[in-house]
Amino acid sequence: MLPQWLALALALLLPVFGAAAVAWAGRGGRAVAGKHRATREACTAVASIATFLCVAWIAVEVAAGERPRLEIGEVFPGLPIAFEVEPLGLLFALVASALWPVTSMYAVGYLRAHRSRHQTRFFSFFALSIAAALGIAFSANLLTLFLFYEALTLATYPLVTHQRTGDARRAGRLYLGILMGTSIFLLLPAILATYQIAGSLDFVPGGLLQGKIEGSAAAFLFALFAFGIGKAALMPVHRWLPAAMVAPTPVSALLHAVAVVKAGVFCVLKVTIYVFGLPLLQSTQASSWIGWVATFTLLATALVALTQDDLKARLAYSTISQLSYIVLGACLATAAGVLGGAMHIAMHALGKITLFFCAGAIYVAHHKRSIASMDGLGRRMPWTYLAFFIASLSIIGLPPTGGSWSKWLLVLGTVEGERWLWGLALLLSSLLSIGYLMPVVVRGLLRPEPGQPEGEDNLAGEGTWLAPPEERAEAPVLVLAPALLTAAGTLLLFFFASDLYGLLEPLVQTVAPAAGGSP
Amino acid sequence: MSSPALTDATFLEALRYHLPVLQVVLPLLAAPVCLLIRHTQLVRVFALTSALLTFGVSAAIFALVYGGSEIRYALGGWEAPLGIELGIDSLNAPVLALISLVATVTLYFGPGGLGAQIKTKREYLLYSAYLLILGGLLGIVITADLFNVFVFLEISSLASYVLVGLGRGRRALMAAYSYLVVGTVGGTFVLLGVGLVYQLTGSLNFAEVAAQLPALLELRTARVALAFFVVGLSIKLAVFPLHQWLPNAYTYAPPVVSAFMAATSTKVAFYLMVRVIFDLFGADFTFGTLGLDRVLLPLAVLAMFAGSVAAIYQRDVRRLLAYSSIAQVGYLTLGLSLASVAGLTGGLVHLLNHALTKGGLFLAVGCIVQRLGSSRVEDLAGLGRRMPLMAAAWVVGGLSLIGVPGTAGFVSKWYRVLAALERGSWTLVFLIVGSSLLAVIYVWRVVEVAYFRPAREETLEQPIRRRYRVLPRSMVIATWVLISLTVVFGLWTELTADIAATAARDLLGVAAENSADLGGTP
Repeated sequence: MLPQWLALALALLLPVFGAAAVAWAGRGGRAVAGKHRATREACTAVASIATFLCVAWIAVEVAAGERPRLEIGEVFPGLPIAFEVEPLGLLFALVASALWPVTSMYAVGYLRAHRSRHQTRFFSFFALSIAAALGIAFSANLLTLFLFYEALTLATYPLVTHQRTGDARRAGRLYLGILMGTSIFLLLPAILATYQIAGSLDFVPGGLLQGKIEGSAAAFLFALFAFGIGKAALMPVHRWLPAAMVAPTPVSALLHAVAVVKAGVFCVLKVTIYVFGLPLLQSTQASSWIGWVATFTLLATALVALTQDDLKARLAYSTISQLSYIVLGACLATAAGVLGGAMHIAMHALGKITLFFCAGAIYVAHHKRSIASMDGLGRRMPWTYLAFFIASLSIIGLPPTGGSWSKWLLVLGTVEGERWLWGLALLLSSLLSIGYLMPVVVRGLLRPEPGQPEGEDNLAGEGTWLAPPEERAEAPVLVLAPALLTAAGTLLLFFFASDLYGLLEPLVQTVAPAAGGSP
Repeated sequence: MSSPALTDATFLEALRYHLPVLQVVLPLLAAPVCLLIRHTQLVRVFALTSALLTFGVSAAIFALVYGGSEIRYALGGWEAPLGIELGIDSLNAPVLALISLVATVTLYFGPGGLGAQIKTKREYLLYSAYLLILGGLLGIVITADLFNVFVFLEISSLASYVLVGLGRGRRALMAAYSYLVVGTVGGTFVLLGVGLVYQLTGSLNFAEVAAQLPALLELRTARVALAFFVVGLSIKLAVFPLHQWLPNAYTYAPPVVSAFMAATSTKVAFYLMVRVIFDLFGADFTFGTLGLDRVLLPLAVLAMFAGSVAAIYQRDVRRLLAYSSIAQVGYLTLGLSLASVAGLTGGLVHLLNHALTKGGLFLAVGCIVQRLGSSRVEDLAGLGRRMPLMAAAWVVGGLSLIGVPGTAGFVSKWYRVLAALERGSWTLVFLIVGSSLLAVIYVWRVVEVAYFRPAREETLEQPIRRRYRVLPRSMVIATWVLISLTVVFGLWTELTADIAATAARDLLGVAAENSADLGGTP
């Protein structure tokens, strides 16, 4: 069978090859239509599916207790570029590589429907972003992590600014400015300080800094990390996320669900577990005040989301809020909190990507972005709204969707850590998320379309509630199918959450026997 | 090492023994030959061949020294106290290799681009002066004799005034003139320093001076000598606020020349400063007794910010790069004035990394000037479509200026920040990383113009001469050699950072055991 190191190398290289193949197939702008376009799309498809298979193969190995490792040359004495797969990284890699083919399919449909230009560049950089995300997921030390973290920022920059308009340029400025600003100004000093204190940057189960740092210094360092990882979008470094909404919807899906923000919270979790270690954080309470920042962020942005009329902007603020759940889970530094945070990476990814797919589908089919103008739209595109509804349940945290488990664990974590106020904030924010997601569904399905008198055909009787088939206008299949797929995924995650839990459990086994009910 | 008799040694052994002197003599002799050849095509081939041979020599020297040994070569067989000595150790071997590498690459770049910049008939003059600079710079670096240093400094400086003056237009002459005035002041200061040291110790040999000076440091003469050295070299190095000559010289010189000078001449001044401070006077005296770091460190920080801020507001890409150089010189002096192993490593490795980065960027700009006839930022609109390779070169080189991981600039930034952390100064840490944020701004300003703004019609096809509508391949290759080296040395640091760390430890007299945990637990 495939040696472990080779599978690891392939998983990292295949997206790069994919990017090169896409660029080659579409060179000189010849892939506008026809055979060359088909070749280019095939390149993406093959690369993405092959990458996923590689990651899946690694997953089997890791589940069996293996830790595949790959090392490439030392950059600094004792600091190599090295990769090692552990459960948390595997989870992130699985999410990214599984959603890549789906998002690609969606992107093909979306960009074709919009006759978007420069699709070759788009798909190339998309593949590169995935490569960078996988590099982050598999990195075995902070140096490698930082390398790919910056690579991800740079690889997604052309995607965020894809439209090449003045707006896109300004958004790109904010995107690059905040992400690079935080990473250079805060994350790099944090990494170097860690190196100076610990003499190493390797991720160590149980914590690299364990026993090497004082309480107040740990709190300072933790704050440097938390704000330095700008991709986790803690307030006040969250501004790039709403700004990046000018990008085409597949990019937003990529940013929000697949790669960028997930890379951010993944890094926070990774630093929490492997650099500080839960025992250190528990005993020193070093993460406590970042926890308050996260609490504030998740409430404040949920409130802001309520006020947004642009569907994508609303989803963007919702993302910031949900990310802070994960950061909060990390700050809790309890077994349930960390596991809940980790699981929320997957749960939120599937839920939020579905919501973005739906927002894009609505835009493709009806060119509508404002929620106020979407009255009655659900009756004309019932499948899209079904997917949106299921995904909303997952974001809110209601069964039978995957999101319910991660939220359950997170709340359990607050109980475990006796952080009652944080738990209250989580519940409150869930209520708020009902407030900002459900109106979209309700307006779409229950309100009459503009121009029709109120109440005339509201719930009048079966058959008339949905628009008749000839008036329905769903988005093209390539746009709709991914949304339904990922919506189904959130349902499946509800039933298979225990497998996920089992996979992640080794993360906290060095701390204490995992508390809380296993789902 | 005793001189082996040529009769019973094979030719190769003799060659190997005489490598140090070949390093200097080769380009110095090739320079006048250029004047004799005159024929443009022939001179081009000849100059490139001599540069290539010079690079071969320095690579061989590097290989000899790499293991940690030192070479001492007595010129003409006259041993040290009387004769002139050439000495090579871990500090100057990489500098030699760097200078001759950049010289070779820029010369390979040269012919394609020169025609547009100066009159073809006068090209042989350029090559002659070019080789003189090369010989002079190599001489400064390789010699172990103070007066020799001054002589070579003047050779290279005079030749660079000529080269700057060869640029197009009257402004080049003006730039060359002010460079000449300021540079001569700098050179004279160095000479005064040399004279005072000679008066004190009665010797010009590095080793001899280094052995005698510690006992004489109490004398005021020693302090004055050091002051003359530091100020003179600061002028040559363009330490803020003695940098005024640099932007004009880099902007108006022919692109090949600015690339070469930006990559080498300030670097050599830095090398010399390190040599004088750490080898001759000693770090304890300079920083401990005199507290020079209290002057140099604030100046370095000021340079980092003033240079970067000035770069942000430049309208011409070459000026932008020139001001960025001033900021980067700040990084060099910062590393020097931290006077720790990590700091000095950071300074020395930045010498190499920044030379490659800035050289590559200046070459890329040279290509752009060639094709568009302008280096103003707004004329770069649409560059991403029209010259994708050069636009990409700017992005990669720019990332290295910023210090993004995976590029050479990151490696030097790493050591720099480590050194600041070792000193326990978080303020300094944030100042360092903050200044690289300014680099993001000036690099990205150009990137945005190049990729977002559509090309303006009137500049669309306006090459200086019709035959440059397509860039000569040599220019593209030369640019990308340097640019790709910045990526190579960003990931593989055996030849850069490891050597620099060795040199730093040698200079500070720190035992090698600490190498494994450089910057580890104090």
